[in-house]
Amino acid sequence: MARIAGGDFRYRFAEHRGTLLAAAVFLAMFAIYGANHNAGFSTLVVTTAANKGVLLALVAMAQTLVVLTAGIDLSVGMIFVLANCLASQFVVGDALETGFGILIVLGAGLLCGALNGLIVIYGRLQPIVTTLATGAIFYGLALLLRPVPGGEINYDLADALTGDVFGVPASLLMLLGIVLVIWVPLRRSVTGRAIYAVGSAEAAAYMSGVAINRARFTAYLLSGLLAACGGLMLTFVTYSGEASAMIGGSYTLNAIAAVVIGGVSLYGGAGSAIGAIFGALVLRTIGDLLFVFDFDPLWQPLFQGVILLSAVTLGSLRLLRVRNRLDLFG
Amino acid sequence: MSAPPTISPGSSPLSRSRFGTLLARIDRPVLAAFGCIILLLLVGSLYSSSFLSPDYLLQQLQVASFLGLIATGMMLVVLLGQIDLSVPWVVTVGGMMSTAAAGWGPLGEALAIPFGITCGAAIGLANGIGVAWLRVPSMIFTLGMNAVAQGLMVLRTGGFAPQDHATSAMHVLATGRHILSIPNALFVWAIVGAITIFLLRRTTFGRAIYAIGNRERAAYLSGLPTRRVIVLAFMASGGLSAFAGVLLAGYSTKAYQAMGDPYLLPAVAAVVLGGTSILGGRGSYLGTIAGVILITLLQSILSVMQMPEAGRQIIYGGVIIAMLLVYGRQKRQV
Repeated sequence: MARIAGGDFRYRFAEHRGTLLAAAVFLAMFAIYGANHNAGFSTLVVTTAANKGVLLALVAMAQTLVVLTAGIDLSVGMIFVLANCLASQFVVGDALETGFGILIVLGAGLLCGALNGLIVIYGRLQPIVTTLATGAIFYGLALLLRPVPGGEINYDLADALTGDVFGVPASLLMLLGIVLVIWVPLRRSVTGRAIYAVGSAEAAAYMSGVAINRARFTAYLLSGLLAACGGLMLTFVTYSGEASAMIGGSYTLNAIAAVVIGGVSLYGGAGSAIGAIFGALVLRTIGDLLFVFDFDPLWQPLFQGVILLSAVTLGSLRLLRVRNRLDLFG
Repeated sequence: MSAPPTISPGSSPLSRSRFGTLLARIDRPVLAAFGCIILLLLVGSLYSSSFLSPDYLLQQLQVASFLGLIATGMMLVVLLGQIDLSVPWVVTVGGMMSTAAAGWGPLGEALAIPFGITCGAAIGLANGIGVAWLRVPSMIFTLGMNAVAQGLMVLRTGGFAPQDHATSAMHVLATGRHILSIPNALFVWAIVGAITIFLLRRTTFGRAIYAIGNRERAAYLSGLPTRRVIVLAFMASGGLSAFAGVLLAGYSTKAYQAMGDPYLLPAVAAVVLGGTSILGGRGSYLGTIAGVILITLLQSILSVMQMPEAGRQIIYGGVIIAMLLVYGRQKRQV
């Protein structure tokens, strides 16, 4: 009995090792950051850091869902930008209008995700090519909406969501809410298990009667929704909308990096969105650390690239334990 | 997943007419891609009669040459079942390093072009080592190398204004028309293309690329030096991207930051539209040629129609999806 319990613990630990590692790295880095910041752990410092981190965390969560199915979504950044432009147009006016605006933005995210899912599942195209192309479409739509940066937002709501509640950043509470409403129920549902099953062995999942198409579609659908949440949040932070290919591209790439740092396997079937959130926070804290230590800004891009490479290369340590060379080819 | 057997050269035992075997050899996607090219030309000629003039077509082929070089490298990597996302900044590295070399006196000027290509190949070498030896998924490793290359270039140009003017040799290679008013850049692409076709069809290196793309484990067990082949393919991709950067710098007479940004999506799209499977192991260079011309024509038509950027992006993405849905679908699995 004890042995079984021990095995159970080992299994659970192995499953969450990536998440725990990312969380530990983040806590250590953030402690160093706070200790060296002039203002220390003041509410303002934490809130500013949280607002930046939550943006990437939402996009990273979106990416996680698709990566878990062994796919990749290169359009998350563009959905993020499109949602930003939509929000700067519609999320204004009184409470009712603002509410409708938010529904429009989130609905658009769902539509984008659904489009990706339908093309990948029924069009039988590879996710990487599909989302590269749909990303161009989403960016075009954003540009159509906002040829030049601008627009506005419901400022009361924006200030409330980017401020703090009794010293706790509101954006962090929102992220927690999204995790509790979307990720936790999904993870515990049959569809959630199916997403993992599809990513880990599609043929076996199909043979076991798992609804693979439904799992895939749900992953893409919710990915679009989460990316749109991120875009909405971006609008609350910047008060405006901008159709920028650079922002979209950098969020897509950083989301992939965050997912990897958070312990989610790019081959699918392993990892969790919580890990990706910590991966995103780690990435953002790196930038803050460079700032606090007065790093020459010219060196920052190189430094971030090197850190990203080192982080993903750390995974190669497992190669040292490989006994059978054929295991290398996975 | 079992990839269907590739139609290998000279494997058809049937004694059909030469033309018949030639047609049978060409994949359906390649034919479809060439069909789309003709369709695009017809649509374009409805807009303006100059679309079918030799001068316009040659100019399109000149522009296509730059993309053609990048897509050649990308295709080698995609055939392995990998992808090279470091293209944007490797192109910039090629342009910037070659123009930098041009500032180092006469010797530097003479070695500008090889130096630029070497720098790109060096980044490709790092990519290859990361993918083949460290076994990091190429998607994330090349992404990281892209960031590193960007960091290096920002570092180089940020502090001071470096010499960034192309040498006359680069300018001539990119824009000159010396033989029969055919652009020199097109000759460059033709030579690179011919070498690639030879490599892919007639050498063990080429067959090894297909073998690894189909099933790396089996290739390894058959005694192929899989890691060396992967590294060489990534080096070729880096070198060719940098070469395109050198030519682009010659074309616009100077190198600038982010000059490679608009080339990643078109390169991947060209390779995939040409019928090369993104999962690796299947595809022909003829298809890539078709894909490159297709993408270039599409971009050209959209700009001739004076479509605003927004509409251009939407149509561009939509057309790629539509064409892939017509002929790029995977076989039904499980």
